[in-house]
Amino acid sequence: MAIDKFPVEGSHIMMFARSVGDDNQIYHDDEYAKGTEPGSVIAPPTFAQSSAQFDPDYFLRPKTGQDWFGSGKEPTGVKKSSSGGGGGGGGGLHAEQHYEYHRHIKPGDVLTGTTKPGKTWEKEGKRSGKLVFTESVTEYRDQNGELAITATGVGVRTERPVDSK
Amino acid sequence: MALNASELKVGDTYTERLVEDLKRTQIVQYAGASGDYNPLHTDEVFTTQVAGYPSVFAHGMLTMGMTGRMLTNHVGDGRLSKFGVRFTSQVWPGDTLDSTATVEGLREEGGEHFVDLSVETVNQDGVKVLTGYAAAKVDG
Repeated sequence: MAIDKFPVEGSHIMMFARSVGDDNQIYHDDEYAKGTEPGSVIAPPTFAQSSAQFDPDYFLRPKTGQDWFGSGKEPTGVKKSSSGGGGGGGGGLHAEQHYEYHRHIKPGDVLTGTTKPGKTWEKEGKRSGKLVFTESVTEYRDQNGELAITATGVGVRTERPVDSK
Repeated sequence: MALNASELKVGDTYTERLVEDLKRTQIVQYAGASGDYNPLHTDEVFTTQVAGYPSVFAHGMLTMGMTGRMLTNHVGDGRLSKFGVRFTSQVWPGDTLDSTATVEGLREEGGEHFVDLSVETVNQDGVKVLTGYAAAKVDG
């Protein structure tokens, strides 16, 4: 995954903050934010996740003219393939997420994201069969090439859906 | 408001309710804002009939995002230097989540003071749905 251009915008920050139930004025009110320590609107700690919006190939966004695996007339828009049962549907589940903040991003920043694969490991899970974990490390740099955020994600694929009990 | 190192000690806790009776609509809101449109989170038909789960469930990152709100309310805006979590159990519509940060240590680095926190978010049954850590700059 590579993100060539992730423009950090005020309205996107506002919508993201709303979606996590955060009505802190620092995420939407310029006047208020001027009087705070950061001195401007900043993005909430997990905002970098929404870089997916700017990844042209992001596979969990429906794209014009392409099949989408969510339901329409049928429970899934994709013909049954050999993708197997569980875990599913969406290329696995999110197991871990780690952020290191080198500085706090704000509207007007234009980030790039470069992702490198990390470690891979396996584990036998009681609730879901064999688990395969895959790590990826994304460096978000700002318009000056300075490192702003290092994000390490760990995904897991399961043999079958995770038992909820 | 930022924390002050002199007023913190190991074992101090801060708890906040993240959400009461999580609504499917909030999960949809998160999908829209984050750009993660995985139908497992918003499409009950797909999730129950194709993926085999009892219902849609929240993005792990929604739980992490709400947990981040607890942290920034506690340590102040723009103070976090690290935040990392493991998603230990799924979060379902209707869940009520509470999140706690516990002071694990205080340190000084390059003339700046930091607090190290452990982080835990639990559901209404006391099941941990997220465990992790955070570090934040505090006043000296």
